[in-house]
Amino acid sequence: MSQEKIIYALYDDDHNILEAVKKIRNAGHQIHDVYSPFPIHGLDHALGLKYSRLAICSFLYGLMGFICALLLMWYIMIYDWPMDIGGKPSFSLNENLPSFIPVTFEMTVFFAAHLMVITFLVRCGLYPGSDSKSPDPRTTDDKFLMEIHTKDDDKKLKKIKDLIKKTGAIEINEKNN
Amino acid sequence: MSYEADIREPLIIGKKSLHDISEDIARPIETNPNKWWWALFGTSVLAMLWGFGCIFYTIGTGVGVWGLNNTIGWAWDITNFVWWVGIGHAGTLISAVLLLFRQKWRLSINRSAEAMTIFAVVQAGLFPLIHMGRIWVGYWVFPLPNQYGPLWVNFNSPLLWDVFAISTYFSVSLVFWYMGLIPDFALIRDRAIKPVMKKVYTILSFGWSGTAKHWQRHEVMSLVLAGLCTPLVLSVHTIVSMDFATSVIPGWHTTIFPPYFVAGAIFSGFAMVQTLLLVMRKVVNMESYITLQHIEMMNIIIMVTGSIVGIAYITELFMAWYSGVEYEQYAFLNRATGPYWWSYWAMMTCNVISPQLMWIKSLRRNIVFTFILSIFVNIGMWFERFVIIVTSLHRDYLPSSWSMFSPTFVDIGIYIGTIGFFMVLFLLYSRTFPVIAQAELKTILKSSSDTYKKEKK
Repeated sequence: MSQEKIIYALYDDDHNILEAVKKIRNAGHQIHDVYSPFPIHGLDHALGLKYSRLAICSFLYGLMGFICALLLMWYIMIYDWPMDIGGKPSFSLNENLPSFIPVTFEMTVFFAAHLMVITFLVRCGLYPGSDSKSPDPRTTDDKFLMEIHTKDDDKKLKKIKDLIKKTGAIEINEKNN
Repeated sequence: MSYEADIREPLIIGKKSLHDISEDIARPIETNPNKWWWALFGTSVLAMLWGFGCIFYTIGTGVGVWGLNNTIGWAWDITNFVWWVGIGHAGTLISAVLLLFRQKWRLSINRSAEAMTIFAVVQAGLFPLIHMGRIWVGYWVFPLPNQYGPLWVNFNSPLLWDVFAISTYFSVSLVFWYMGLIPDFALIRDRAIKPVMKKVYTILSFGWSGTAKHWQRHEVMSLVLAGLCTPLVLSVHTIVSMDFATSVIPGWHTTIFPPYFVAGAIFSGFAMVQTLLLVMRKVVNMESYITLQHIEMMNIIIMVTGSIVGIAYITELFMAWYSGVEYEQYAFLNRATGPYWWSYWAMMTCNVISPQLMWIKSLRRNIVFTFILSIFVNIGMWFERFVIIVTSLHRDYLPSSWSMFSPTFVDIGIYIGTIGFFMVLFLLYSRTFPVIAQAELKTILKSSSDTYKKEKK
């Protein structure tokens, strides 16, 4: 078994890299990652990435906020210290529900939005002060980078590189991992 | 690849490549501001400090230093609060609602509009806080366990709904804005040469590296946040309007308030976006991205929402007559012909008549005219809140309680101070933050830019 190598292929067009990803994956090679300055439509599909479940998380967080809000207001207004405000006594959650709608809505949104963003940051490992993981700083400007990890021998390596060259890469670098 | 018809005007004009966009957007951050920026910044800082002085004086002495009296218990403070909250509606509307409707022209204006939103809500939030009088017990607005009974907050009160609405709106808008900023901060980080700048933008960019999975998650998150922000932005001014609509003051107690306030908020928010962006696009050279097309689109929104506001005014008048309630009828007659007639007609001229000029295409695309009109709308919307608040209160049920309001120097000082504070924040923003969402803008370079549209032909 030879040592693992990393191939970096740099492109200057989002369309080219999308086609390249498809071709290289069709040829049976695994692509470790793609770095791009902006989201490329269809790239996640081409790379075979699973759908993100963030939206489902957000729904569950929203549900949590909804329940928390109702519990909070029921406890405060109905259970702990019911008061007769403006001749409208607080007897039950049911009767008070209309005036609880705005806060329930706001708290649903609050929970859904903030907890989803926190989940996003945690799952992506993003936090203040973290260093960029991109191997090439030009990928936030106008270049697109494909990273391939391979343990193949030199002969096969050359074949991969030829394939990459054919897809329109402007730079190909390799390094030992 | 998204397709756009040839007859649509390009959203990015001039020969721009991806790299040109990076350069153009990084330039204001990487260069030093000129003397005009410093002059404006200095003036704004002075106004802000004057306002802070007035706020400290208010807190130290009491709300009695304002021009309020027993009859008019709410005046400039709440007028300014509603005005600023209203202005703070355009940003989230642009980034959330227009995202859901897939309006690509939002891309060059959403960042600045959202910044404006956040800074405006900061100003808005100040007013209820200082109006409390005893700001040091401001935390009582939150349902915290306590030893006073326990004395809980009243969830039946729209004023409390407002606390929840404004804090949710502020924090969610801030997060939405910041998540969009991360990839753009990463660009500045990767370009930075000076070590301090590199360090600062490394911290700000959260280590964004733009991998495929991160982008996928980022897009899902943006879409869901947009979906959440859309009803949120409508709920905020709805709830603000309920502060008035649920009371029994003639002129306030109307069911039309929520939609009318929301339309008014969008109207004034877009006007403020125009005021700021027309200057900014010139100063930081963004004319290739914020084009006449963008300005025209915003003018159309101003025209539509201005018309909705106009219809709402007329509906209010009609309902006052049709209801047969004498108090209600008097309230509206008094607005138009009473001692505050000038504020009513200022409102009518600025908000109802002036936006109708936008039906004329050449005016919609005229920068100087747009700028003047946006100022008119800002003034008109301030008067709208003044009319609703002060003229409804100043004729109490008992004629012996009738009174007038005149602002003291503190009222005026705080108002000017918030404008200064707002400008300080916006001026700092325009020199340290990427003012256009460049990562998103780059996605439309191939479909909507001048360069590629010409190439296709």
